[in-house]
Amino acid sequence: MSDAADAGRATETEAGTDGRDASAEYPLRVEDLHKSFGGITAVEGASFRIEAGSLTGLIGPNGAGKSTTFNLVTGVHKPDSGAVCFGDEEITGLEPHEVANKGLVRTFQIARQLDEMTVLENLMLAPRSQVGEVLWRSVLPGARRGVLAQESTVRDRAWEMLDFFEIDHLAEEFAGNLSGGQRKLLEMARALMTDPDMVLLDEPLAGVNPSLEKKLLEHVHELRADGYTFLLVEHDMDVIMNNCEHIIVMHQGRVLAEGTADEIRSNERVIDAYLGENV
Amino acid sequence: MSGGGFALADARSYFRDSTAATAAGVLAVLYVLLSIAAMAGVGGTVPAWRETVLVFTVYALLIVAVGMLWRYSRNDAVIIVGVMAAIYVVYLMAGVLFLGLPLNGIVNTLRRITFLSAVYAMLVLALNLHWGYTGLFNIGVAGFMAVGVYTMAMLSGPADIALGLPLPVGIVGGVVAAALVGAIAALPALRLDADYLAIVTVALSEIIRLSYNSTVFQSSIPRLRLAGITLLPSIPVGTGGGQGIRTPTNPVRALYYKDPGDTSAGLTDLGEFAFGAADGVSVTLIGGQGVQPPVVIALTYVLVLVAFVAGFYWLLIRVGNSPFGRVLKAIREDELVANSLGKDTQRFKIKTFMLGCALMGLAGILWRGSTGFTQPGDYLPIQTFYVFLALIIGGAGSNTGSVVGGIVFATLLFEGPTTLARLIPELLQRLFNTQLGSPPSTFVGAVAPIAQLDLTPLLAYSLRNISTLRFILLGVLIVYMMQNRPDGLFGHRKEVAAGVDLRRPDRDTGAGAATDGSESG
Repeated sequence: MSDAADAGRATETEAGTDGRDASAEYPLRVEDLHKSFGGITAVEGASFRIEAGSLTGLIGPNGAGKSTTFNLVTGVHKPDSGAVCFGDEEITGLEPHEVANKGLVRTFQIARQLDEMTVLENLMLAPRSQVGEVLWRSVLPGARRGVLAQESTVRDRAWEMLDFFEIDHLAEEFAGNLSGGQRKLLEMARALMTDPDMVLLDEPLAGVNPSLEKKLLEHVHELRADGYTFLLVEHDMDVIMNNCEHIIVMHQGRVLAEGTADEIRSNERVIDAYLGENV
Repeated sequence: MSGGGFALADARSYFRDSTAATAAGVLAVLYVLLSIAAMAGVGGTVPAWRETVLVFTVYALLIVAVGMLWRYSRNDAVIIVGVMAAIYVVYLMAGVLFLGLPLNGIVNTLRRITFLSAVYAMLVLALNLHWGYTGLFNIGVAGFMAVGVYTMAMLSGPADIALGLPLPVGIVGGVVAAALVGAIAALPALRLDADYLAIVTVALSEIIRLSYNSTVFQSSIPRLRLAGITLLPSIPVGTGGGQGIRTPTNPVRALYYKDPGDTSAGLTDLGEFAFGAADGVSVTLIGGQGVQPPVVIALTYVLVLVAFVAGFYWLLIRVGNSPFGRVLKAIREDELVANSLGKDTQRFKIKTFMLGCALMGLAGILWRGSTGFTQPGDYLPIQTFYVFLALIIGGAGSNTGSVVGGIVFATLLFEGPTTLARLIPELLQRLFNTQLGSPPSTFVGAVAPIAQLDLTPLLAYSLRNISTLRFILLGVLIVYMMQNRPDGLFGHRKEVAAGVDLRRPDRDTGAGAATDGSESG
């Protein structure tokens, strides 16, 4: 196993002896995750922790197991072994909607906008546990008043979110008509509408032009300042190095190294496996 | 297009691209030709020509008017009523001017098309909840109707093989049974892809029909034995098998007759008012004008159906325009996204499937359960495909489109060809003094005279077999729709699933939103 994972366990023990709650400091903790598909082992003992309020980057070459780890954490796939903890609960093997309802929400690598729903509908879908999601409350005259009151609140928040991401001019457009970059913005806005504690961004900058990329990153930094925790999976080294204060490098289904940008740059194993000679 | 206003440019674009405008154009050409023929005195019987010209003019104007309404009206109730009114005029003019029907016949024709429109509207609305809203590919509509009707008939029907419970118990029982059968079918299938649900539902629909058709359950449900032990005793409730089963007496009869099952027991006050005094002297307007009592009763029942259509529509608008409806649409678009945003999509799918099946059961009861008798042949798979066709015409995903689709299917596509088959010989007779003659009995007999350039035997043969040719017509239409207008009549609209007006709330709470905007900008 990697040094980083060992170090991680050591800190956890320290935190325990200190009497401080690890769950408050590290909302997401992944321990020794394994997953194989048929004969291919995608994740082989990945362990890491994400610090509260941080912007952590997860990088690695193609096939390193980044996306699978994401899917294991968010419940899309069930791990063969290992544990995922979020807050003070274990969420290993929960369904995607259960994970989302704990406050851990994700975006998708290829934006999955709901094509034949307007941008506003996409956003208004997201808030968790809306009273009107119960069938009889949406129908019965007395209960519906409460539903409509909440609808107004949700609508107002959706408009604020549209303004924040500067896509308010697209509010009534079908999401399927949006450009690639706009879809990425919508995807992030929709994830935030769930009012999450932590957001997992799966390659949010893939296929985004440089000016929009800059804007997207600005948004992420702004939201971080508001207290959101982000885990960012990204292919682009520069983006990760320049934006994330903590970086996790995955290789062949394991965590190869962890640390700040400078530590990663000088880590020999990372250079061997991923960065190459001239970084 | 903004606002309700209607500018000249809109009208021009409407006439450029609308199918309705094309149809109106064709009729206008016909109109000119007919006018010329009328002035030239072709055929000799000038009044008949004048009538025909009048009818075609009105039809052309109606098509344009309905097209305009469909395109520019913001009020869905107005569109639905407008479409129905236009179709009434079409049938009324054809009935009065071409077929020369008496008042009773005309009222009955209008009643019949309203009845069919209403039952199809209900079925299409229920299917729209499944397929249009949630993307659940249910092709077992007929089966769920059958469960509703048969359960109702077996619980409270008049037959010996029924339990004889009160009618409301039977109706509620039928609706609940349809929902439960839906749940049993859906629980395993909904976990899989949409295609599996389609396979399961179409198979289930046939299993249900064949079970009701089977002699095993004809007069009683036989006792269930396993290895010599009786698990369930025999239950004296049967399905009637292939002979069908009697359904309860239509309760609207009780409005007119003291004993709904026996007309000789005398009339109620309303009955006296409608049908005239017991001594047979007609004193009332309706009875006096020659509308027969059965038609009046059936007409009353149609009013009940229309109320139920309104109820279905109200319910499904509420279901759709709510956070619940938003989740359904999201499931249709991409279930994983809805799931990843914290929605328990399985539960939403099962609830929705059960609600839709319950509504199909109720629609079945209101239709097949109202006519006194039903049999397994009423629930063939073609019934399901009719409902699907009506939904595709109206536009999957739109409740208003569902109602209009049901009306258009029932009146124009289902009843239209048979009405036309009655009209054509009449028109030929009046305009050209030509008799079609009796149709040949075989297809060869119909086709052979073409060699002598005589098309009338083929026409007569086609008209007599119109209800079979209708299948071809409907097939061609569905191919055309899928190719050219897969979204249906109302597919062009954005119907937003939300309970409130979604426009930016800038008047009263705008300050907050504006501040946020400037912050991020």
